Amino acid sequence: MKILVCISHVPDTTSKINFTENNTKFDINGVQFVINPHDEFVLTRAMWFKEKQGASITVINVGNVSTEPTLRKALAIGADDAIRVNAEATDGFYVAKQLAEVIKNGGYDLIMAGKESMDYNGGMVPGMTASILDFNFVNACIGIEVEGNKATVTRDIDGGKEILNTELPLVIGGQKGLVEDKDLRIPNMRGIMMARKKPLNVVEPIDFDPTTVITDFEKPTPKSNCKIIDADKVEELVDLLHNEAKVI
Amino acid sequence: MSVLVFADNSDGKFKKNAFEVTSYGKKVAEIAQSNLVVLTINANDVSELSNFGAERIIKVNDDKLKNFNAKAYADVIKQVALKEGSDIVIIDSSTDGIYLAPLVAVNLEAGYASNTVGVPNSIAPFVVKRKVFSSKAFDHTEIKTSNKVIGLSKNSFGLVDNKVNAVEEDFSPSLSDEGFKVTVTSVEKTTGKVTIADADIVVSAGRGLKGPENWGMIEELAEVLGAAVACSKPVADLGWRPHSEHVGQTGKPVASNLYIAVGISGAIQHLAGVNSSKVKVVINTDPEAPFFKAADYGIVGDAFEVVPALIEKLKEFKGNQ
Ligand SMILES: Cc1cc2nc3c(=O)[nH]c(=O)nc-3n(C[C@H](O)[C@H](O)[C@H](O)COP(=O)(O)OP(=O)(O)OC[C@H]3O[C@@H](n4cnc5c(N)ncnc54)[C@H](O)[C@@H]3O)c2cc1C
Ligand SMILES: Nc1ncnc2c1ncn2[C@@H]1O[C@H](COP(=O)(O)O)[C@@H](O)[C@H]1O
Repeated sequence: MKILVCISHVPDTTSKINFTENNTKFDINGVQFVINPHDEFVLTRAMWFKEKQGASITVINVGNVSTEPTLRKALAIGADDAIRVNAEATDGFYVAKQLAEVIKNGGYDLIMAGKESMDYNGGMVPGMTASILDFNFVNACIGIEVEGNKATVTRDIDGGKEILNTELPLVIGGQKGLVEDKDLRIPNMRGIMMARKKPLNVVEPIDFDPTTVITDFEKPTPKSNCKIIDADKVEELVDLLHNEAKVI
Repeated sequence: MSVLVFADNSDGKFKKNAFEVTSYGKKVAEIAQSNLVVLTINANDVSELSNFGAERIIKVNDDKLKNFNAKAYADVIKQVALKEGSDIVIIDSSTDGIYLAPLVAVNLEAGYASNTVGVPNSIAPFVVKRKVFSSKAFDHTEIKTSNKVIGLSKNSFGLVDNKVNAVEEDFSPSLSDEGFKVTVTSVEKTTGKVTIADADIVVSAGRGLKGPENWGMIEELAEVLGAAVACSKPVADLGWRPHSEHVGQTGKPVASNLYIAVGISGAIQHLAGVNSSKVKVVINTDPEAPFFKAADYGIVGDAFEVVPALIEKLKEFKGNQ
């Protein structure tokens, strides 16, 4: 089984979000970039397929050269090789087109992506990629088993979960549940050394006009001060929630 | 030209999100000087939609579409969009909505703006405001394609009463076997409980509660309020509560009217997933807990005293209503 794991390169979750150039650019000053948290779960699940079922794992990112350390990290965790499509990833549809092109030429059976990136929270790349290729697709995936070309997939739904049957080739938008936090792999020294020698192939993008552009950013207006209510007077809270906030 | 809204239902019945996207679609149609068309699939009774401005309702009824199926639904939406000349398609942000919308966008070669809040800033160019960086910021996104798909962020627009006389029409889509290659074999759903996705009020508790045996009062508080129960990530990781209750950046997003956080410190990753809630209440022993900075109302106190007292006062309040 040939697996492609899609890796999005995002600010660490504790990053302070600021903008420059008149609020048109995300300020990367002091921001540490990491593998998108959902993609970490996905990558670890892919590693289990590699270890138990002999799958091969290619990791891919559509991005400029600054994303290479993130791809190297994925290689250090255990992916076999990496591909970087040399383009700015500014529009989900554009990214999906690039991924679809690589997948078409690469003969992958299972494409594992995260359910959303923690930067622009698009939640669009996996579904769009599947749709462009006419591959089967399951989103919010919290479990997957593959036997031959048959897949059994668990999907997170409002108030529960759903089990689905489908076939490869398949794209999933995955999240925690595929594996748990305690299972997540972190690169060890040996992995990091080996990653240096693994292939990281850079390919050029195909032409496709972005369907969306971000014109500028805005920060939420800061909260006015929190009203503190005395612990002995919870009835005041009930009153405020009813009469002031009007939520009960 | 028209604005097409997909009003989803659950077992034939609409939930609030269907009325919200309809209200929103009506407003967008007004601004775009266009007409609103609302599509339903296997809904029992569509008349309620006309309370929110649905002038024209397309009803699809087909047993094959009984279970939600993203690809098949996306194909139906495409057929209706083409038939109705819809250049703007609006979908909610439920689990099904976010599964479906990217497929619709590819079907219609449309730019897609997910997590949209508020009506478009302008129609030409077409610019919407979106939540980004896990609600730590917003962006203004211009959709450049002639067809557009908008994913409306939950609870960001609300319901707008707007009674109209709706014209209903049946439509039979052509469904190919290709659309049904992902099939549901079983569904596990907790019945009778309010889900985090649907809840107007969410009561959430964290590690401050010390152990799973102490969740009785949280469940009772939720019951009094008709609320859903949620928890912080470590609580689910410790196995005190099921993972389906974990909220935050890496868990379920919360966009309720009221969010009550008990014994939760308010770490940035937790706040990122709950910041969209309109009103936030914090109960915490530590006055320095970061959550107080993000909250509207706070009680500095011990959950084991404050929560039972609050339950009592809420029962009195409900009794007097
Ligand atoms: C990549 C990443 C993603 C993450 N995603 C999420 C996420 O999605 N959701 C999430 O929640 N977390 C997430 N986290 C974890 C997050 O950083 C915090 O560790 C977590 O939210 C803390 O949970 P907590 O507030 O329940 O526990 P703690 O931080 O231990 O806080 C417990 C609080 O309870 C208070 N307390 C103690 N006793 C009482 C009492 N008797 N009465 C009242 N209050 C009391 C304490 O003062 C304290 O403020 C993530 C972390 C990382 C690194
Ligand atoms: N630039 C990118 N390169 C490779 N994969 C990506 C990229 N952007 C997003 N993805 C994948 O798509 C998932 C969803 O991202 P998004 O649609 O951007 O929210 C991520 O978790 C990744 O697996």
